[in-house]
Order: sequence, then structure tokens, then C-alpha cells
Amino acid sequence: MAARFPEEPRLPAWKIPLLQYLIAAILLILLIGYWRLQITEHQKYLEESQRNRIRELPVVAPRGRILDRYGRVLVDNTPAFSVLLSRDTPLKLTPARIAGIARGLGLDPADLQQELNHAAALPGFQPVVIKKQASMQDVAFVESHRVEYPELDLIQVQQRFYPKHDVAASLLGYVGDVSEDIIAKYGARYHPGDVAGKSGIEREYNSVLSGIDGMRRVVVNSRGQEMGSLATTPSTPGHDLRLTIDLNLQLTAAQALGDKAGAVVALDPRNGQVLTMVSHPSFDPNDFAGHIDPEQWKSLTSDPEKPLMNKAIQAQLAPGSIFKIVTATAALETGTVKPNFTVYCPGYVNIYGHTFHDWSWEEHRRGHGVVDLHRAIVISCDVYFFTLGKMLGIDKIAYFAKQLGLGSRTGVDLPGEEPGLVPTPDWVEKYFRHKWYAGETISVAIGQGAVAVTPLQIAYMVSGVASGGTFHRPHLTFRNELAALGLDPPAAAPRKLRLSPSTVNCVTGGMWGVVNEPGGTGGLARVAGLQISGKTGTAQVVSEAFYHAGHKGNFKDDAWFVGYSPPENPEIVVCALVMHGGFSSAAVPIVAQVIKAYFEEKGQRTPPQNPPATQAITMARPLAPAHNVQRGE
Amino acid sequence: MRGVMKPRFSLRDVDWLLLSTALALAVIGIVEIYSTTSHTLLVGQYRKQIDWVVLGALLALVFSQVDYHFILDHVTGLYIFMLAGLLALLLVAHPVDGARRWVSIGGLTFQVSEMGKLVVILAVGAYFSRRRPKSVTLKDLLILGLLAGVPAGLVILEPDLGTALTFFPAIVAGIYLTGIRLRQLGLVVLIAALMVPAGWQFLRPYQRQRLVSFIHPAEGTRGNGYQVTQSKIAIGSGGFWGKGLGNGTQSRLGFIPVSHADFIFAAFAEEQGFAGTFVVLLLYSILLIRLLDSAQLAGDRAGLFLVAGLTSVLFFQVAVNVAMMIGFMPITGIPLPLMSQGGSSVLFTFIGLGLAMSVRKRRFVN
Repeated sequence: MAARFPEEPRLPAWKIPLLQYLIAAILLILLIGYWRLQITEHQKYLEESQRNRIRELPVVAPRGRILDRYGRVLVDNTPAFSVLLSRDTPLKLTPARIAGIARGLGLDPADLQQELNHAAALPGFQPVVIKKQASMQDVAFVESHRVEYPELDLIQVQQRFYPKHDVAASLLGYVGDVSEDIIAKYGARYHPGDVAGKSGIEREYNSVLSGIDGMRRVVVNSRGQEMGSLATTPSTPGHDLRLTIDLNLQLTAAQALGDKAGAVVALDPRNGQVLTMVSHPSFDPNDFAGHIDPEQWKSLTSDPEKPLMNKAIQAQLAPGSIFKIVTATAALETGTVKPNFTVYCPGYVNIYGHTFHDWSWEEHRRGHGVVDLHRAIVISCDVYFFTLGKMLGIDKIAYFAKQLGLGSRTGVDLPGEEPGLVPTPDWVEKYFRHKWYAGETISVAIGQGAVAVTPLQIAYMVSGVASGGTFHRPHLTFRNELAALGLDPPAAAPRKLRLSPSTVNCVTGGMWGVVNEPGGTGGLARVAGLQISGKTGTAQVVSEAFYHAGHKGNFKDDAWFVGYSPPENPEIVVCALVMHGGFSSAAVPIVAQVIKAYFEEKGQRTPPQNPPATQAITMARPLAPAHNVQRGE
Repeated sequence: MRGVMKPRFSLRDVDWLLLSTALALAVIGIVEIYSTTSHTLLVGQYRKQIDWVVLGALLALVFSQVDYHFILDHVTGLYIFMLAGLLALLLVAHPVDGARRWVSIGGLTFQVSEMGKLVVILAVGAYFSRRRPKSVTLKDLLILGLLAGVPAGLVILEPDLGTALTFFPAIVAGIYLTGIRLRQLGLVVLIAALMVPAGWQFLRPYQRQRLVSFIHPAEGTRGNGYQVTQSKIAIGSGGFWGKGLGNGTQSRLGFIPVSHADFIFAAFAEEQGFAGTFVVLLLYSILLIRLLDSAQLAGDRAGLFLVAGLTSVLFFQVAVNVAMMIGFMPITGIPLPLMSQGGSSVLFTFIGLGLAMSVRKRRFVN
């Protein structure tokens, strides 16, 4: 060997050991690096590895169904897919990625970006719902882009389904995404993308209907594919809610109202249960179940006929002659007149230097002649009630209007009920800063001027008067069922108004005559085999002078009719409003049809009963032809 | 042609400490390969690895009996053979995953650059032992640079930057052992510094991205910042005792890339914890220090440079691989010797160890 490399230079003895120490030192430094990760920061990385592989997916609780009084389904659920976006994946959501996702799902990238900006304040492990009502194309997109977009996920949800579409839409309401302020307020209970009732029953009873979402913890791999389920917290479905609504009557009323704008309300005066509540024009709440398209929303909110408005509780209009029930009650209860008080009606009357015309004069250039109170109600004589108005004064009229339930909310269990208006001198001074004109009292006496009511208030008022002063708060749900769900519904005890029996008899007798006596304005409400009482109303939308001046727009009078049956101890009160119906005759048949349907469904027709005792019986005559019913009262 | 093969084979001549340490690491690697691939399409990989390790260990025993001078005498032929192989690879081989690294011989795929690694060690060792300079001259640097640079260039073209880098530690070790004048050292450093911007031009986009993400690891893209992040999560979540064999979620759920190959140590650290990390690094330091002992004891310069070169390459790979798992180094495709799955790497590492044993065996020649 030595011969092979004769001049072998000697290697300094320290060189190799130095290398050995160097190697040991470097490996030691690396070991310290591992110590830092595995010991010092272990917890942090352990959590990150957990987050990496575990995703929490909501198990959406189905909302409770809404049923009618006989258990027929008014609102149901239908399975659908929602697309979720997880934000805690290691992938950064760059604008390009967002654009790619938006393109794949047919969303607007700017909207999606905005949605994610909103969600930025929420915990990162909570996924964001970026698309509801996912189509088959959307589902296919998510499934086939697991690698490119592992942050996308699909969950099955129970989407709201309204099988009757626009029937009862404004009553039932619709659902929408929980607003951010609600999430802020109620915190953990709601997640973004959750739905909540936005109007109607859906909103009023949201706490009953909405369930509590569950949670599924799943293991996912680096591509976002589910590898298994760790734990599932089941969802708690919402409770079904039974309404007092009778679907049959609801459909009948909707059909009877047809395409005319207006409302129909039916109450059971014995307990205040709302049997029917129709408002037209309406909308299809199914449009709101997923994501409503902004154009559609705009058209719904900008429609002058206000399809989103529940006209049964939100239309505040002059009641016209229906208000004569109030004036008559006030006159009798205060003892201002007796039922046999007569007035000669030449077709007009001069009060406070102003000539007030009877509707009869407007139509026929003649008056009603001598009328007593009963007859004045039957034929809706304006001159008679102008006279009573002058005798009573506004304070007494307003007092009784309020006692009979006008000018304040009935307290029905729906959001957004309007109070209407009973004008008083105080009110005029406060809002218009002028003195009450005595002439205004005369207009109010026949339900014109500033007086405003909702159809529900009219039904409520007549329920109370026809039952002799017992006012049951209108409601849509069964008290005992709500109590069983832990809610505390308002007391069931009715409000009692002390009305003398003679007053009740006189007013209800007049209403019987409206339908059943010759010349009665509600003859169209007659239904063979049924006894129906009621009162018509035709309310001017604008002054006669304005109407005849030929202004553009729909200024035709609003048509009202409120009817009930049977005349004593009534079971059903129906109020119909046909906006711009022109004549009260537009509203009368609607009420008749609903009452007819009610008794048909009940399976028993009430036998003809005697009208209230103080009135002479006039046998029902054949149905009056339509042209005999005059315009306006 | 003396002493090609000693007439008798003696068990006492085998460096059992070295061999058993290497085998222990290989077995740990096999177990971890099994753990990270048992649920995937690569399920059979650990069996292949066993075959390679057994074959490697046998070859180590065989080469321990071969006189390393015999090998060094034929290093020129080996070197030309290697260059031809690398060239042929670039010209004829079908790319696999966009790279031409493997050649298929009788159904077995074979990574030529792994052979290159060993041949360059031998060539550099032979050069140093024959030149016997008192200190490295400019001419030496030039020749050595070409000796490693030419095959490295071919390997970079495959492209495989990581393996190409492993051609140079042997030169560094040789220079260190020979000694170098300050001027020459300055030149080496200067050339290396100039190589950085020049090299940048030659880097492929993914390689540039690796460097960028090493400097800015927070970039949460699916690229290399992502790999390091996931690797660190795996290692850190292992804790002291680890999650246990087969329970590493990071590797099993695919968050760690190629957890059976280049990233095997991250997968191992997740499942076996700091305890496992400690044991493996201890085994590597035993292996490397033992090798340097053999170098110290080598009977001649040839043996010294051969073993030192081998040790430097192994150390370079271990240190870079282990460091890049925790973000101490940019990601490069450098496997962990003996543990990472890969037959060629295992085979040539064992052959290298066999030659080191041969050097140790012939330490008392003088």
C-alpha cells in the first residue's frame, strides 16, 4: 500500500473529529427544532391538525309544518341541497378562486365576495351557505370539482314549500335568511344561511316553527372528501303549528274574491278564531324559499297594489256605511234617540250651512221619505245618520267607535297589524293644527272623512255587536296548543261591552233587514236555507267633485260587506273588502259564498230562525237582481 | 489487481455497528412506508422496499469484501458509464410525472442519478487520492467542479435539482480535508454566490416557487408553502409520544405529500412523536460518526476520501431532508437516506456503506 501512494501527506488529526462534532451539533440543532414543534407548540399544531381533518357541517332542522284547523297542510318542507363554503381550509380564497366558484355555481362574483366579507366576522370553522336551492348542475359542479375546490360542500336541507302557492300567502308569510342583526342578537342559535320567518305566521311563530340545527363532525381528506363521520348531534325539528284557518273556506274566499284587489276575513264570533284571511293580490312564498331574485323582489315591492301587504289587517280604509252600526249604537246607548225616531229624507239635508246629499240623491235624485232607525239601517239612509251625527257630536261617536274596537289593533297574532283611525278633535288639532270642523262629524257619522278601518276590525266589531257585546280577540292559533309548546298566549277571556239588549236587537235587526227586507242593500247575500245578516258599505276614495272632474287613476269606491249567520248567536262573521269595487254589491256575494261554504262543510244547514224579537218578520223574497242594488250608500 | 476479494470471509471483518444501525433505520422506514400507504393504491410498496433493503444489505456485505482500490481503479469507466446513462435517459426515456429520472430494466425501474451520486463520490475520492495536493489549487477546483458539475447538469435537466445538489458535498469534504488557501476559498464562495442569480434563471417555475415559499412560508397556496405548513402540522401534532402507528391523520388523509418518500420523516414524526424523532436522529448520528471513524482509521487517502465523501453526501441528505420538514430549508426533492421509499437510493446507499466497511476492514494495511 505504501508503495502505491508513497508521498501520503498526513492528515491533521483534528479534522475528522471536528467533522464529527459538527455533524452532532447540526443534528442537535435540528432536534431542538423538532422539540419546539412537538413539545413547545404541540397544542397549537394538534388543534391545526384537528381543524385540518374535521369539518363541522350543520344538520339543518326542518321547520315545523303549518296546518289548517283540520290538519290539512298549508306549509310543508321539501328536500333541497345547499352549497356550503368552508373558510378554514389551507387554501386562500383569492379573487380568482372566488370567481371560479361563482362561475361554476352561476353566482355573481361580486355578490359572493360581499357575502364572504360579511361572514368574515364569524368563526372560521363555520361554513357559509353560498347557494340555496342548488340545481343538479350545481351539485354536479361541486362533486366534480372536489380537487379544485375542496372548500365546497353540499348539505341537504329542508326547504320551505307552500303547496297552495299564493292562497293565504300574506297570512302565512315567507321565510328568508336570518339577518345579521338577528344573529348578533341571538348568537349561537342561528347560523348564517339559516332561515327565519320574515312575515305573517312564519314570523309571528318563528320560535315554534324553527327547530334547532344539529351538527355533524366529519373527517375530510386533503381534497375535502368525506372519509367518515365522528359524531352527529341530531337536529331538533320545529313544531308543527295548527291554525284556526279552514282551508276550504280560505279557498272559497280566494276564489270568490277572484282577481280583484281586496281582502276577506272570516271569524268565529263565539271564540275569536280566524277561519279565513285572504288578501289579494298576493304572491307565491315559494319564490322566497331559496334566494329571491332582486328583480322579482323589486317588482313585488314596487307594485302599487302591494301584493306583500296583508290587506285584511293592513289596509286602512274608510268603511262607508258599515260605520252606521257605530252611529246607531251610539245614538241608542246614549239615549239620544229611540228606535222609533223618524227622519224625513228628501235626498239631502242642510247642516251647518252645508248641504249633505244622500247616496240616493246622487243615484236617483230622490230621497227615502220618512224612515225610522231600523229602516235607515236596512236602506242605509245617509240623511238619517247625518241627523244622528249632528245630534251626537264627534265625541260620542268616537267613544263608541273605540268601544266597538275601531281605532286600535285587535291584537290578532300576526305581525304588522294596523290600528286604523277614529278621528277626534284632539287628533285633528295634534296632526293638522286646526280646529275640528263640525261638518266633519257629519261625514264620520256615515263612515267617511278621516275614519279608517281594517277588514279584520270590521269583522271583529260585528262579531262583538252580533254576540251582544262579547268581543273575543281574533286569533289564528289554539291557545291550549301554544301553552303545550311553552308559549304564553294572551288570556282567552273576552272583552265585555255593556250594551243594552234593545240596542243590540235594533242594530242586529237592521242588519237582518239589510239582507232580507225589500229595499235592503245586501239582498245579494241571500242564500237559500240560510239566515244571513249584514251591512254594506261603499266608501268614497276621493270626493265626488274630484271623482267627477275626471282625474286619472282608479278612484272607484271601495266596496264593503260584513255578514254573519245565524242572526242570533252567530257562528261565523265574514267581512269582504273589494278595493275599487265600485258598488258594495261587489263584496256581498263573496260573503254569502263563504258563509254558504261554512255551513256546507259543517254538514248541517241551520234551519231558518226567527229574526230578533223586536222586529216584524218579513219573509225573504226572491233574490234581488243585481241592477236593483244601487251604487253607494 | 491484488486483493480483489480476500480468500476468506470473516464475520469479524464486518462493521456490525454500521450495518445494524443502517438496517434499523431501514426497518423503521419500512414500517412507516407501510403505515402511510396501507390504505392507498401504493399498498404493496413496503414489500418492494423490504426486497431492496435485503438486497442492499447483501450487497453491502459483498462490497465490504471487495477491495475498494479495485473499484477506484475502474472509476473512469464507471464515470463514463454513468454519464452515458444520464444522457441516454434524457434522450430516450419516457417522462414519468414530467421528469426523466427512471430507466426501466427488466421491469425494475432504476434511478440513474442515484448511481451517479455514488460514482461522483468515488471519482472525487479517486481524484483527491491521486493528486495528493498540499492544498487545493485553482486547477483542482476546476476539474472537481467539472467532475461533479457535468453529471449534476444532466440531472438538473431531468429535472431533479435535489439529487444534483448531492453531487457536491463530497467535493466540499475533500477540500476541507486537503486544506485550501484563503484566496481559493474566496473564489469558491464567489462562484457559489454568482451561481445563485445565474441558477435562478435555470430554475423551473415550481423550483422558483419553492424558494419563494421558503422565504414567505405564510403563503397558504397549494404549493410548497402548503407542503411545509402541512408537514409542520404533522410533526407538531405528534407531540412527545406521537399519535401511534397508523394514526397519523396528516399523512393518512393526504395532507402531507408523498408521505412514504421525501416526506416520510414528517409522517414518522407525527406517528412516533418526539421520542421517535430523537431515536432516528440518534441512529443517524451514530451512523455518520461511525463512518467518520472509519475515515479516520482509513489505511490510505483513497479510503479516507471515499468514506469522507460518502459521509458528507449522506449527512447532506439527512440534514437537508430533516430540516426542510420543519421549514429550516426550502423544499427540494431530497430523499431521506435508508428510510425514504425508493429502491435505487436504498441500493446505492448500502453499496456505499459496503465500501466504507471495506475501507474499515483494510485499516491496518500500513
